[in-house]
Amino acid sequence: MAKILDKKIIRDPDVFYYKLSAPLISRKAKPGQFVIIRLHEKGERIPLSLAGINPEEGTISLIVMAVGKTTSEMSTLKAGDEIMDLCGPLGQPTHVERFGRVALVGGGFGVAPLYPIARAMKAAGNEVVMVMGARSADLLIYEKELSEVCDKVVVTTDDGSKGVKGNVITGLEKELDANKPALVLAIGPAPMMKAVCNATKPYGVKTVVSLNTIMIDGTGMCGCCRVPMTNGTKFACTDGPDFDGHEVQWDILMNRQKNYNPEERESFEAWKRRHAGAITEKAG
Amino acid sequence: MKPGPKKIIPHKTPMPEQDPAVRSGNFYEVMLGYTAELARKEASRCLNCKAPKCVEGCPVNVPIPRFISAIKEGDYAKALSIIKESNLLPAVCGRVCPQESQCEKMCTLAKKFEPVAIGRLERFAADSQLNEVGAMPEISSPTGKKVAVIGSGPAGLACAYDLAKLGHKVTIFEALHAPGGVLFYGIPEFRLPKKIVAREIENLKKTGVEIITNAVIGRLITMQEILADYDACFIGTGAGLPKFMGIEGENLNGVYSANEFLTRVNLMSAHSFPEFDTPIKRGERVAVIGGGNVAMDSARTALRLGAKKVSLVYRRSEEELPARKEEIHHAKEEGVQFEYCASPVRIVGKDGLVTSLECVRMDLCELDESGRRRPKPVPGSEFLIPADTVIMALGTSANPLVQKSTPGLSVNGRGYIMADPETGRTNIEGVFAGGDIVTGSATVISAMGAGRKAARAIHEYISRKNQGSVP
Ligand SMILES: Cc1cc2nc3c(=O)[nH]c(=O)nc-3n(C[C@H](O)[C@H](O)[C@H](O)COP(=O)(O)OP(=O)(O)OC[C@H]3O[C@@H](n4cnc5c(N)ncnc54)[C@H](O)[C@@H]3O)c2cc1C
Ligand SMILES: Cc1cc2nc3c(=O)[nH]c(=O)nc-3n(C[C@H](O)[C@H](O)[C@H](O)COP(=O)(O)OP(=O)(O)OC[C@H]3O[C@@H](n4cnc5c(N)ncnc54)[C@H](O)[C@@H]3O)c2cc1C
Ligand code: FES
Repeated sequence: MAKILDKKIIRDPDVFYYKLSAPLISRKAKPGQFVIIRLHEKGERIPLSLAGINPEEGTISLIVMAVGKTTSEMSTLKAGDEIMDLCGPLGQPTHVERFGRVALVGGGFGVAPLYPIARAMKAAGNEVVMVMGARSADLLIYEKELSEVCDKVVVTTDDGSKGVKGNVITGLEKELDANKPALVLAIGPAPMMKAVCNATKPYGVKTVVSLNTIMIDGTGMCGCCRVPMTNGTKFACTDGPDFDGHEVQWDILMNRQKNYNPEERESFEAWKRRHAGAITEKAG
Repeated sequence: MKPGPKKIIPHKTPMPEQDPAVRSGNFYEVMLGYTAELARKEASRCLNCKAPKCVEGCPVNVPIPRFISAIKEGDYAKALSIIKESNLLPAVCGRVCPQESQCEKMCTLAKKFEPVAIGRLERFAADSQLNEVGAMPEISSPTGKKVAVIGSGPAGLACAYDLAKLGHKVTIFEALHAPGGVLFYGIPEFRLPKKIVAREIENLKKTGVEIITNAVIGRLITMQEILADYDACFIGTGAGLPKFMGIEGENLNGVYSANEFLTRVNLMSAHSFPEFDTPIKRGERVAVIGGGNVAMDSARTALRLGAKKVSLVYRRSEEELPARKEEIHHAKEEGVQFEYCASPVRIVGKDGLVTSLECVRMDLCELDESGRRRPKPVPGSEFLIPADTVIMALGTSANPLVQKSTPGLSVNGRGYIMADPETGRTNIEGVFAGGDIVTGSATVISAMGAGRKAARAIHEYISRKNQGSVP
């Protein structure tokens, strides 16, 4: 059992911040690692990245985007509620050292786990540039927090309502041309990470991606999180979640992520029917 | 009148079971268990040999003729307590032990007839007391010593139980959200009902053992911390890593490791989706690769999920199938098709989904190190098995997490922990290990036996350490 100590809406109506009591996990967790939660007896196990680690307080924080059944159900929980199972820290921490100039690229919920990574990269003596994007200005999350730690924040919006008009690739390419970073680290939806890798390849910049495969145990036991790499199959939960993005076979990976789409939809629809009113329908 | 020479009943008393046509559509237990009458009939077949060979065949030397005599007398509680002298999990072992290659293989009757159904009688003795409160085991007064057990499979559970009885404070750390190891996430409900496993774990908790779930040792807590906080430690983390073949098409949708397939159903109740949140693909044509218990369990689970055709692809012949005889028999009755002397070469797919499994015929030639005939592919004999689901049940390997986070711990070339088979002692003082993490995938009874031997050695070690005489 893990108690929710605090919950905030980060972006109405679908992105939420949770602070959980996790004294042991907070002592061991490093940026880039994740936890697995199970909400209740009938729940599934879903992985969520650490967006904050506070060993003094004995807490961790998560930023979760409600995209389907489990994440939406989680969004109905309040401070004071308990999560049945919380397991972690899992996965390898992000490799942090003094690279020089580091560009972080975030999309969707991926912006949040980049926050502790940005702090760690900064603390290791790097110059840190953050490139973050959304469809429009009101959909951006964590911009303020990230501008507090990063040397530079590049915002891109598809509709041009804020920052550079275009997507994160537009923003990233400008950085690659102007002042080539030694490392690019991207977290977000797989198509975005694939596009980042395609963009950095011609520049020969090492690109690390944090992969969000489907998982069950998170300990290397089931093999459902396997990642097709050019040099063989790896497991995201134990070998990753960070991988060299130029080695990932993206099309196979993205196909695997879609495996359960019909079932996910069925489960979400059934839940929405049962909990009409518990969530606000997302537009679009 | 003196009784004449005992009339031998040549066959085992059959155990009532669910009809194959019915059971292949449900997850209820296949074997329904002996009634008292049937058990006593079967018990009467035992010759009560003076030098019982069956006991030698049992990896933990259960006093078999003694417990069978108690069943003959109708004292089932006594039968159970006799078994429990050496086997802590009789309800489990009676159901899943490979009796035909252990106790029953050595039975005197087996020379000419069918052996006594020792496993079924063991199960009967355990089940007969299922609803009894049962005497609490005697627990020695607290020693004030603390032992950590890593992993809650049969090795860890047995080790914890014995140490708790000796008065030590035991904490089990389990990575998953439910304890039991393979008994919970691997072996399906229709062979080993979860309530049986849950009851054993409840009994264990009554002895004061604490079980901490969601605790991945090596990540949440390091071995150094364990060694600093506890007087000794037992590693029973099993051999849980799935193997793949490295053939083309393995990452197509519809390809599962047996671990994933079985975990989705057993641990996450995916067969009850959408009531439970975890989904599983219900394949129509399923190909299972392998010939052990894991392969049988996967094939039979696939049938229960509604598959129309399940083929089991095994590279050797029927005689060499490593699974329990009973499981093979049941799988056949339920309609699993066996494809012998065949080996997969690639998985064929379309639009990211599996469409068939391509295999090659194998020729069985000269004997290999294991004494089995070595299979060799026959050139040009490739053929396709249409399938929308392929399950790889190729065996498992050691989970390296604990070993990696324990500097200096000796492991062998395949990553298994090196431990003394009699004591479980490793090269690090105070660290013991047993079960599949030492031997590689083996059996429930051998894992349990290893846990118990280690418990004795740990007790000795702690007691000596107490007197300050550990070198
Ligand atoms: C290492 C890792 C870290 C992650 N960190 C975060 C995070 O910090 N914040 C966040 O909002 N999301 C994160 N995710 C994604 C999150 O796990 C999924 O959004 C969530 O599982 C969706 O569940 P659902 O039932 O709400 O939606 P569903 O409708 O079930 O799924 C939506 C999509 O999520 C993915 N998904 C579904 N089930 C699983 C599963 N068991 N494991 C992994 N992915 C699954 C699938 O690609 C699916 O298409 C992370 C994923 C991984 C692998
Ligand atoms: C599908 C299947 C069917 C089988 N059928 C039979 C059968 O019919 N008869 C038979 O005798 N045997 C059978 N076996 C084999 C038998 O189940 C195993 O030999 C036995 O369970 C091994 O016991 P163990 O305690 O060593 O390990 P396991 O049962 O594997 O338990 C190990 C436990 O340790 C946990 N763990 C691992 N790493 C960590 C960590 N870092 N921190 C904390 N916890 C950790 C795991 O989550 C797991 O719960 C079968 C196996 C499978 C997979
Ligand atoms: S999630 Fe099961 S092996 Fe990675």
